[in-house]
Amino acid sequence: MAKMISETILIKNGRLIDPKNKVDRKADILLADGQVVKIGKNLTETADRLIDATDKIVAPGLIDLHVHFREPGDEEEETIASGSAAAVAGGFTSVVCMPNTAPAIDEATAVEYVHRMGRQARKTYIYVMGAITKERAGKELAEMGLMAQAGAVGFTDDGSGVQDTAVMLRAMKYASMFDCFIAQHCEDRSLARNGVMNAGYNATVLGLPGMDPLAEELMLWRDIQLVKKTGVRYHAQHISTAGSVEIIRQAKAQGLPVTCEVTPHHLLLTEEAVVNYDTYYKVNPPLRTQKDIEAIRQAVADGVIDALATDHAPHLKSEKELEFLTAPCGIAGIECALPLYRKALIDTGVCGWPQMLSMLTYKPASILNVAKGSLAVGDRADAVIIDPDAQWTVDSSKFYSKGRNCPYQGWTVKTKVLYTIVAGEIRFAAED
Amino acid sequence: MDTQTKTEKFQWTRKHLIGLSDLSRREIEFILDTAQSFEEFSTRSIKKAPPLRGKVVVNMFFEDSTRTRNSFTLAASRLSADVIEFTEKSSSVSKGETLIDTARNLEAMGVDIVVIRHSAGGAPKLLTRCINACVVNAGDGYHEHPTQALLDVYTIRQVRGSLDGLKIGIVGDIAHSRVARSNIYAMTKLGAEVTLVGPPTLMPARVQDLPVKVSYNLDAVIEDFDVINMLRIQFERLGGNPFPSVREYSHFFGLTVERLKRAKPDILVMHPGPMNRGVEIESEVADGPNSVILRQVANGLAVRMAVLFLVNQAAAQEQKEK
Repeated sequence: MAKMISETILIKNGRLIDPKNKVDRKADILLADGQVVKIGKNLTETADRLIDATDKIVAPGLIDLHVHFREPGDEEEETIASGSAAAVAGGFTSVVCMPNTAPAIDEATAVEYVHRMGRQARKTYIYVMGAITKERAGKELAEMGLMAQAGAVGFTDDGSGVQDTAVMLRAMKYASMFDCFIAQHCEDRSLARNGVMNAGYNATVLGLPGMDPLAEELMLWRDIQLVKKTGVRYHAQHISTAGSVEIIRQAKAQGLPVTCEVTPHHLLLTEEAVVNYDTYYKVNPPLRTQKDIEAIRQAVADGVIDALATDHAPHLKSEKELEFLTAPCGIAGIECALPLYRKALIDTGVCGWPQMLSMLTYKPASILNVAKGSLAVGDRADAVIIDPDAQWTVDSSKFYSKGRNCPYQGWTVKTKVLYTIVAGEIRFAAED
Repeated sequence: MDTQTKTEKFQWTRKHLIGLSDLSRREIEFILDTAQSFEEFSTRSIKKAPPLRGKVVVNMFFEDSTRTRNSFTLAASRLSADVIEFTEKSSSVSKGETLIDTARNLEAMGVDIVVIRHSAGGAPKLLTRCINACVVNAGDGYHEHPTQALLDVYTIRQVRGSLDGLKIGIVGDIAHSRVARSNIYAMTKLGAEVTLVGPPTLMPARVQDLPVKVSYNLDAVIEDFDVINMLRIQFERLGGNPFPSVREYSHFFGLTVERLKRAKPDILVMHPGPMNRGVEIESEVADGPNSVILRQVANGLAVRMAVLFLVNQAAAQEQKEK
């Protein structure tokens, strides 16, 4: 069989935004053999495919550091195939799967399995993080070395934090020999206990057990002391409070190798959303207050936030129809993430497109330590073409994701992904 | 404006009773007035009236209850409804069937009113979104217990005529009490001033944002109270140990004969039950002349008849408009 030659793609007249290379200008861009071949004004090369990107943004493919594609174990909620299709529909050319599956991804064959399913899906590029501890139980170290060799990009017990300080210290020390990063879902269980929403006035009125912001902040603060001792690269997942922002700010000021991510919902929604016991707003960390949102947005403006990450967490409708106390946490929203980021950050004047895209491209790539997230000649042809001003209405029944647990259902949003190109192939093209 | 015209003009429109937080003063008073008209029932030789004849009421109790359950059963029977008793002590989830599925199944059998008690705050609200029957909250987690608060204010009104200007103390485990929350709404809306008393470890977050005063010192405030409502420690909901021992708790917050001597001589002593005698209240106080605890229970029947009557009426009205 003859070797398949990928088609050549010429994208004309777009606004090329490549934050890593500080590019923001009108340019044509030619993709061939899975790479960026040429960038310039008025390119006249013939190509198999010509895309007119007038008034559109052309950017490096987006990277999402935090998704739950539920495989192995909960394929009724999502599969790597359905999640991957959803990812490219959202403009994401690389995603990082969390290891809190059933069973947990805590050894090398599971890492290889996820990679294989990702290759078969042939949509977005699938990365995976391994668990820090066996079965994510927080007790014994998982085989981090073997998982790293199998291609795990980092480690986390996401879904819960590593409670035992000695275990966390040991994990960080051990991981430091593999040049990978350790990420943490910061939550001190002794304080958070059975909490299901932010501790505060609304929890009191609703009679629901609250999670004190301190539960997040204390573990984050503890971990940063451990970073000082071990020097390991540390990433705080989905930070949600003004206090956490302050702790990250100080750690960065001290030059520590600390990064963090925030989600669309922690940039947009407050605990007020929970007042009708609507479980679609039940997430962990819980939705906080307007004060926290303001602090996080300010941190974005100041460059303290490294990455925007969806924490895409699909669940069955029947699970979300349980009592608020028992319903699972999570929001499915990777397909509408980009317009939500825009709403939270650009429409509010926090930052412009180049700065916002930096947190979706080269900055998360540098946390992963992979050569992605830029769009210069010679780079891998992972790209997204965005209509920044197109309006559309979120309809979760049309999602590629199996998850319908989307609180943004019915929202009219601005910014639409037109094309998602992975390794030079168009893997998603918007209808009409 | 006299009560008569107020009652005549007012139209009750809620087919569910989930809580008192969003009820107006007028709505609360309307329930109390309706209850009053049912009160004389208990003294008749034939204790039955027809308004719910042909209707089915299901008591869905996912938590233990003596007073509330029997009171609702009796109230429904007196209004001539058929009553189904559904008991599932453990959570529906552990049994494999979800709350919604259970409720939909019961509704398929033609249930008109669901009376629900559940350990999860918000469970009654969840039902209202998924079934068409009327939903009456008989206590959900530590969210609300509206009929308890209604019978509490009914009892106070019965004795004192009105709640306007009364000073009321609610003492004990506020954090885990649905009774406290519903009480706060009902009492403050009817014009009383409420003070919550208990150790800080049993106060909920941001309690200062509620329309109440807060005290950690019962002895310092008891002499102001016209009414004192003693709450049970919700041992089943406590996490850790919010106070060192029952003995120490009783020492600071128990209503003893000694402590009662400092209160106004005509103070009303209330308790939603079940009582832990010797913990939050001494037996002699519970059974003493200031206690209206059994009167509360008696009034619960009239209040629940009124609630069942009104939600059914609202549902019928809604049906007619369709």
